[in-house]
Amino acid sequence: MADGFFFQAIIYLLAAVICVPLAKKLGLSSIIGYLFAGIIIGPYVLGLIGQEGQDIMHFAEFGVTMMLFLIGLELEPSKFWRMRQFIVGMGSLQVIGTALVIFIACSLVMRWQWETTLIIALALTLSSTAIVMQTLKEKGLSKTSMGRSSFAVLLFQDIAVIPILAVLPLLAEGHVAGQTTNHSLIANLDNWLQTAIVFGAVGFVYLGGRYLIIPLLHIVAKTRLQEMFTASALLLVLGVSFIMQLVGLSPALGAFIAGMVLANSEFRHELEGDIAPFKGLLLGLFFIGVGASINFTIMLADPVFIIVFTTIFNAIKFLVLLGVGKIYKKSADQNLLFAFALSQAGEFGFVIFGFALQLNLIPVELSNQMMAVIALSMVGTPFLLLINEKWIDPYFGVKESPKNKYDTIEEQNEVIIAGFGNFGSTIGRLLKANGIPATVLDMDSDRVDSLRKLGFKVYYGDASRLELLKAAGCENAKIFIAAIDNPRVNLQVVEIVKKHFPHLKVLARARNRNDAFDLINTGINNFYRENLYSAVHLGVDALTEMGHRRYTATRQGQRFIKYDEEATLRLAQKKNDRQALIAGTLREIEIQEQLIKEDLFALKTAQDHGWESEEIKEENQKK
Amino acid sequence: MPHKILILFAHPLYEKSNANDALVRNIPQSGNITFHDLYQEYPDFDIDVKREQELLLLHDIIIWHHPMYWYSCPPLLKQWIDLVLEHGWAYGRDGVALKDKLILQVITTGGKKENYTPRGKDHFTIIQLVEPFCQTARVCNMHYLPPFVFHGAHFMEADDFERNGEIYGKALQYLENKEFDVTEIANHYYFNDWIATKLL
Repeated sequence: MADGFFFQAIIYLLAAVICVPLAKKLGLSSIIGYLFAGIIIGPYVLGLIGQEGQDIMHFAEFGVTMMLFLIGLELEPSKFWRMRQFIVGMGSLQVIGTALVIFIACSLVMRWQWETTLIIALALTLSSTAIVMQTLKEKGLSKTSMGRSSFAVLLFQDIAVIPILAVLPLLAEGHVAGQTTNHSLIANLDNWLQTAIVFGAVGFVYLGGRYLIIPLLHIVAKTRLQEMFTASALLLVLGVSFIMQLVGLSPALGAFIAGMVLANSEFRHELEGDIAPFKGLLLGLFFIGVGASINFTIMLADPVFIIVFTTIFNAIKFLVLLGVGKIYKKSADQNLLFAFALSQAGEFGFVIFGFALQLNLIPVELSNQMMAVIALSMVGTPFLLLINEKWIDPYFGVKESPKNKYDTIEEQNEVIIAGFGNFGSTIGRLLKANGIPATVLDMDSDRVDSLRKLGFKVYYGDASRLELLKAAGCENAKIFIAAIDNPRVNLQVVEIVKKHFPHLKVLARARNRNDAFDLINTGINNFYRENLYSAVHLGVDALTEMGHRRYTATRQGQRFIKYDEEATLRLAQKKNDRQALIAGTLREIEIQEQLIKEDLFALKTAQDHGWESEEIKEENQKK
Repeated sequence: MPHKILILFAHPLYEKSNANDALVRNIPQSGNITFHDLYQEYPDFDIDVKREQELLLLHDIIIWHHPMYWYSCPPLLKQWIDLVLEHGWAYGRDGVALKDKLILQVITTGGKKENYTPRGKDHFTIIQLVEPFCQTARVCNMHYLPPFVFHGAHFMEADDFERNGEIYGKALQYLENKEFDVTEIANHYYFNDWIATKLL
């Protein structure tokens, strides 16, 4: 019974469904929820799942591959090329620096063979892409300077795995003669040939994506079967991973390249939508696996060693990262976040130790201990970040309250703008050009610094925190402009402002109609859909191109905006009733249909009678 | 029964006009007087015709209040006239919605009164210049009163603005609350002259 597939699945899902919301409720990241779910159902607490934690993880590592595919999808090759100096520069500094320091430290303190020490140093250098990227996404930090640097370093590490795995057999040759490594199909070929094949494979993925996959997706898309598209998307990621593994490259790297190739294609969003749920589930499974595979017997056998070792290697990694950040001139708080975020060891560590064990490069017990160290450091990261956020960050770098020199104007601004990205900054500039000073709240500390230099009154921090809103002067302000890039955060901020500062007039940015619905539900009627105005503007130009008089087209555009805003308000009402019934895309399509039907009616009746003579002529004829 | 007055105010740069600031400030606070600032309501010239027509129906005396620009009104008021006074509603066989309402034009000019004479700089009198408005009112079956004109805004001091404002305020109060004879008003050159006889 306990071995049944259903039972297993239920255990995993139940653990996740209970632990993750609980972690979220406590304000922790979902990763902690998954990890604890793993520990609890693992062999050392409830014992609901056995030692297969490791196997599950191998399977679930595929989640990491999918994640990199998705990251690739969002990163066009040109953007990637612009990041190259960070990837190579920061990445190599971190990998070589950390490995060197750990190697020296271990050589001095431990009495391991130098090969073993080297392997440990290399394995622990690599951070966990899964944990870091997921955390960045959850905290909305992906687009900050710290997020970009973290990504650059992680990417370099993904690439670095390849030479590291390639070097291991060379280390082994010293004392285990004749060990076959079956690491990849081409391992027994000449070195130059191996290199050629590796480059060939990357080129194949690149060209294949361009000239094979995209046309294939076109054909699949024509079948209009949603599940076929999902199947092809999965096949694509699996296939690329398989090819990469054949030639001994990391599947994650292959998926990343494939994603990047498809980033420019028209299927980008569809692929994203199809892969994302799998990625989420598999990553969750992966984290559960990490939790379940923590071997408490080994840990308890020598807990002091494990804990001390984890702490020290974490500290070393942290300091090296801090140094790298310093060299690249990160502001103190971004640098702290960067260093804390990447200070753990990652999933590649498991792979390297597993391989080293095969090659007899490391004693079984030590390797188990090291795996426990990795797992422990992965579990620790979310907590470290929490500590940084609550207690350390407030004392460093950009303070949440502006420095004194910006406070010389005691007068509080009457306008507060939350979010100073493209959208918010345009508003801020327009106001400033007209002599209306605004107080700005923003999350990106680098931007905050530069804005302060330009004379803006800027508060750094999370606008959804009540204290920050108070500090920024919400109590005495007149209007609050919610212009944060992330719509979820924006809505959250609007809700808080509505609740605690009811006197404030809130003008809110909405990305699309659904955002507008959410805003209407919180009682906001001043919502501005960023795509509506530019889309209508374009439509007006299109009408003009088609021979309409520019003025008539413009009048129709004005009318359309007014009418569409009314329709949105009306639909918001309806949407409330059926929200629970109709899911995601279907709802959007229905709304579209309804709108288009009404358009025909509404725009026919809208005309400028005053400038027309039809009626007058009719009347004259009757006389 | 008090009269209901609708002031349709059109000034594209109201915040810089001292003359109109004084006038508007002196508009009495009254449930019978509606101040409707067209440039504030329709910054993009997208006039809500239905709403404007409903407003018109609710009032007895309609005031077009605007500065004189190039011998006419600012463009938004012209747009308003074009679009709101619809055929079949305001004029034409079935267009009787505005029948017998009074219309008063309140005009500020930068130049002095003497310029607006056949020999003056502006060559035409105000009465001649407002002829299109008068005729528009006539087509809509409304009674066009003589214009209420404040000349010489370019030469005024703070006191003058204020005095004009007071006159405007009192005139509105009079129109709101008193009964008056339309033909008697029509016998005066400017509305100013008639109201002067009443506010002694």
